[in-house]
Amino acid sequence: MSRWSNSEPLRSSMSVYGPVVKIHPVVLASIGDSYERRNEGASRVIGTLLGTIDKHSVEVTNCFSVPHNESEDEVAVDMEFAKNMYELHKRVSPSEVIVGWYATGFEITEHSVLIHEYYSREATNPIHLTMDTALQSGKMNIRAYLSAQMGVLGKTVGVMFTPLSVKYKYYDTERIGIDLLERTRDAPNTTNGLTSDLCQVGGAAGRVQDMLATVLTYIEDVLSGKQTADNSVGRYLMDLVNKVPKITAEDFETMLNSNINDLLMVTYLSNLTQAQIALNEKIVVL
Amino acid sequence: MATRKETPSTPTAPMASTSPGATLDSPVKQIQIEGLVVLKMIKHYQEEGQGSEVVQGVLLGLVVEDRLEITNCFPFPQHTEDDADFDEVQYQMEMMRSLRHVNIDHLHVGWYQSTYYGSFVSRALLDSQFSYQHAIEESVVLIYDPIKTARGSLSLKAYRLTPKLMEICKEKDFSAEGLKKALIGFEHMFEEVPIVIKNSHLINVLMWELEEKCTVADKHELLNLSSSNHLEKSLQLLMDRVDDMSQDIVKYNTYSRNLSKQQQQKHQYIQRRQQENAQRQTRGETPLPEEDVSKMFKPPQPPPRMDTLLIAGQINNYCQNVKEFTSQNLGKLFMAEALQGHNS
Repeated sequence: MSRWSNSEPLRSSMSVYGPVVKIHPVVLASIGDSYERRNEGASRVIGTLLGTIDKHSVEVTNCFSVPHNESEDEVAVDMEFAKNMYELHKRVSPSEVIVGWYATGFEITEHSVLIHEYYSREATNPIHLTMDTALQSGKMNIRAYLSAQMGVLGKTVGVMFTPLSVKYKYYDTERIGIDLLERTRDAPNTTNGLTSDLCQVGGAAGRVQDMLATVLTYIEDVLSGKQTADNSVGRYLMDLVNKVPKITAEDFETMLNSNINDLLMVTYLSNLTQAQIALNEKIVVL
Repeated sequence: MATRKETPSTPTAPMASTSPGATLDSPVKQIQIEGLVVLKMIKHYQEEGQGSEVVQGVLLGLVVEDRLEITNCFPFPQHTEDDADFDEVQYQMEMMRSLRHVNIDHLHVGWYQSTYYGSFVSRALLDSQFSYQHAIEESVVLIYDPIKTARGSLSLKAYRLTPKLMEICKEKDFSAEGLKKALIGFEHMFEEVPIVIKNSHLINVLMWELEEKCTVADKHELLNLSSSNHLEKSLQLLMDRVDDMSQDIVKYNTYSRNLSKQQQQKHQYIQRRQQENAQRQTRGETPLPEEDVSKMFKPPQPPPRMDTLLIAGQINNYCQNVKEFTSQNLGKLFMAEALQGHNS
């Protein structure tokens, strides 16, 4: 653990319009989890953010928490630990670099300034991310900041944290994972099992049905005059209805039948194969 | 540390397919995974495992009554260096030590692996899982199928080795007699443990916020009608395996044919010997010494049956996947028909 004072030189920042910060949901889940596991007496947790830097954006893909001690007038962060963890993470994904750090809590304190200086040494223009896990304002308030110098050079200088725009980026598979997790929160006792194949199709169809019901109520409202018609929505509706492909009945029949035949044939073959290997086994054991 | 003492209630959605109501004779009857673990696994494959490479990692958690709770995980680096083994152990130790500092459960409870179209039944997996289960009784292997997940729904399965298979692996007796004794079929190699996903309340709040903020519409990959690509690849893999299987069977057939031929030769030899001896006796000469028949006709080596078992298990897995896939697609096709019917 180490301590440092305020006399370190401050780094210069990028332009006023800072980079866009794209966060993956795994990072936020990690932060929430490490907040839940914090030591007794600690009011917030901090950690390092890893990711990739682009020309105009910073993509945050991973993070790990760093133990630290905070009291009224001093802050101690385990730098060795942070370095070690970064090395370990680098072995798995060598393309990730330190892009900044995070802290839970609502405000940026003076200690944050010190910690930010430390991270400025590790990465150029580190991003500071805050997440209000104590839900002080009823929301989680995920915000990102960049530090900027301010004040009169030579005399009193200070640090200002300028906010950046935060976007959420998902991989396709992450999107699907998040959908499943979202379904968890509706279940009592917050548990959910993984559904089997046809149930999933049924579930998806149900969701489409719900969406169609919403659209239908909107249309009926417009028709009965309860809501004013919106042209852009009307155009979307027309697109929607035209999306169902207009195929002649016979063509569709043939397409449908050939597809169904393929699938049935494959099912039959796989059943046959399974029966074969079962037989083979019984014969060998005889 | 947040306590998780809620008793497991019946989840609202039907469970993953296992034999219904079967009491697994294992110490682990259910697996409870945190959302964080799922997200980490997805990310790991997405970033580091393109193509047909597998990515692996370690699962951390704890055992509560008959539930195995998985609370965190960390990925393993790929095997690129020569001294991979030493690096692995050290990496693992360092990681666990560091995680202990931040109060993350540091107990090893299993490992995860990604799979390509469901092809994971291999010797390597068997060995790894055996060493894990031998050391830690409740460990499981989580198989994450990214391609199936990309088609619309998370595909995550947890497997353990059955006690019978554990016995056999312990004794390293992979011959036909050993397997016959244990009455192991390819269906009894792995047992699947049902999975339940659980999120703490804070994470649930996060989910609500994300849904609010995120304007990316649902992609509805699940209702995609195209099937030929996926089907072709799965069938290709299935055919390769069936070829392997048939080669194996040919080997076994030649072995049994050789064995029976040898038996015949033995009989003939013994008979000839006896005849000669009888002749010699009539002529009054000393009978020829009884030679050790077994040394002369060395029995052929029986082919190991373990590979056959693995291949059979793999074929079974492929067939199951194909059947699930086709049933889903049939449902979708019928829905499309209904939609067209309405339209015309």
